[in-house]
Amino acid sequence: MTVLVDAETRVVVQGITGHQGTVHTRQMKAFGTKVVAGVTPGKAGVEVEGVPVFDSVHEAVQAARANAACIFVPAPFAKDALLETVDAGIRLAVVVTEHIPFHDMLVMYHYARSKGARIIGPNCPGIAAPGKAKVGIIPNVVFQPGRVGVISRSGTLTYEIVNGIKEHGLGQSTCIGLGGDPVVGTSFVDALPLFQADPETDLIVMVGEIGGTAEEEAAEYIHAHVTKPVVAYIAGRSAPPGKRMGHAGAIISRGRGTAETKLAALQKAGAQVARFPYEIPDMVAAIVARQARR
Amino acid sequence: MVKLAEWRGKELFRKYGVPLPRGQVARSGAEAEQLVRLGAVPLPCVVKAQVLSGGRGKGGAVRFANTPEEVQVAAEAILGLEFKGEKVKEILLEEKLSIGRELYLSITLDRSLRLPIVIASAQGGVEIESVDDAAIDRVPVDPFPGLVSYERRRISKALGLTGAPAASLDRLLPALWRLFQAEDSELVEINPLAIVGDGLVALDAKVIIEDDAAFRHPEYADIRDDRTPLEEIAREKEIAFVQLDGNIGVIANGAGLTMATLDVLKEFGGNPGVFLDLGGTDDPKKVTEAFLLMAQARPRAVFLNIFGGVTRCDTVATGLVAAMQQVPASERFPLIARIRGNNEKEGIEILRAAGITSIPSLKESAQAVVAAARGPT
Repeated sequence: MTVLVDAETRVVVQGITGHQGTVHTRQMKAFGTKVVAGVTPGKAGVEVEGVPVFDSVHEAVQAARANAACIFVPAPFAKDALLETVDAGIRLAVVVTEHIPFHDMLVMYHYARSKGARIIGPNCPGIAAPGKAKVGIIPNVVFQPGRVGVISRSGTLTYEIVNGIKEHGLGQSTCIGLGGDPVVGTSFVDALPLFQADPETDLIVMVGEIGGTAEEEAAEYIHAHVTKPVVAYIAGRSAPPGKRMGHAGAIISRGRGTAETKLAALQKAGAQVARFPYEIPDMVAAIVARQARR
Repeated sequence: MVKLAEWRGKELFRKYGVPLPRGQVARSGAEAEQLVRLGAVPLPCVVKAQVLSGGRGKGGAVRFANTPEEVQVAAEAILGLEFKGEKVKEILLEEKLSIGRELYLSITLDRSLRLPIVIASAQGGVEIESVDDAAIDRVPVDPFPGLVSYERRRISKALGLTGAPAASLDRLLPALWRLFQAEDSELVEINPLAIVGDGLVALDAKVIIEDDAAFRHPEYADIRDDRTPLEEIAREKEIAFVQLDGNIGVIANGAGLTMATLDVLKEFGGNPGVFLDLGGTDDPKKVTEAFLLMAQARPRAVFLNIFGGVTRCDTVATGLVAAMQQVPASERFPLIARIRGNNEKEGIEILRAAGITSIPSLKESAQAVVAAARGPT
């Protein structure tokens, strides 16, 4: 196990017979992931992309020994899907579904936590460890195996940055897209210790956004506990206050959660701060070169 | 988010059992006068504009009246107002109560704790932001047991309540909590919550319903947020579209990439004004629609910045070229494209055939957009 997923990860895809479920099952398999089961109630017995479909997660766990879930179930039914996953004994669930009401997510998060299960997302690209496994929708093309850990609140911007790192000839250990919703199952503070402890990660790239205080809390954690180099970028420095920029999280309000407060906190914590996304690969490459000289 | 006008918030308060002054909504002076004359609202009364912005008292949008005639005069004065850009179409008439202390009480989400929190202060009647932190108590509430007795006692203490008003709060809090959960609220706020005699009365109501829960609340489908007409069309087509002052249009995919693009344009002196987030799509028609929407906003230049993941570059290019052919020559504008990622080569080729160059570097493409927007005038 590196960070949450590895070659032993056996994925059940919930909502596998839907368009997104099918497309990304194919992509996850192409990445080398063991997708062992799909679940769509009432569709047991069919196969999607060569993966057997079951009526329930319990059956998928029993018959195919699934130990991680990737949830594409539409928002009105996502809470039920997650609770079923947790009750079936699965301890890692990536929720790709967007527009889940936060009141539902509160129940999902606290229920999962009470059972010792972790949620990544919702409204997130998921997790990928190149050469090992991917649970989610991050495009396969941007990756190559390496030693840079990436934690991000964004989707596409993450792909852009990971791709930039790859174009500098560097690869990634694990990349996690946390999602941009008001309530997330895994925050920066939850993810940072995993990368700090991971023997396959040499440095951490953190991509944040305006809104909320997750980056400020991450800065405190980095200051106290992270010894690996951190490169941080915050999107939305020039976004207008009070306007929703697509992500529910990306609202600046009450003088908190601005790019300035986040950048200052991260800088103070010892992170290297990139002002633009295209600066990140250069900064990463410089750190790698320095580490190599030691 | 769906912000409810005070009277709609108070309808919810009534439904869940939060105590209120007696009141009625009116939409004309004559109707207001009639309501008072019939005794539906006791005199003296308060006439309040039903607008979403705060500061109504100071802005002349709240008036007092002692007779039916005064009610009509006050109602007509307020109904003519434009309050902070919002036309007053409804007023709320309420009995004027003899009030003691004014308190603050709300329930909202604490993202960091991932828990709802009750915010309580004995200093109500003013914006909570202006109250000293030491005078505010924040009580996190776990959704599983819900708002339990000891938490209610703590809130009561924070509000400085004892005796009958404390008992009133102990009945009010569960009602407010049920409303917060069952109505999918982002915020329920009572400011001021007034002590009236032995009890408590909610003098104002602010309720915000979460957008993502709209599927459970068809009753709010008619409520419009403060969107421009183009933003409204975009919403119907499920395109994230934000319109502000500025002359550069940005089409990107994903909130983070959209914001990063904005940051880079600003850095080089650009003034981006319209942001359109394509999100993840594999339908060229949606790209065409998005682009035509952008054209309607009449930008000086447009920057297309796409990183193909779920979305394929060739899909975007196909949709874009189709849209360009539909924009009349007189309304054309310079377009700078940067498409990277999934099926990049195919996308670039489609654009090249239509005479559009894709600049791979974010920095250089952003500079080109800023220059094009300045352009020859």
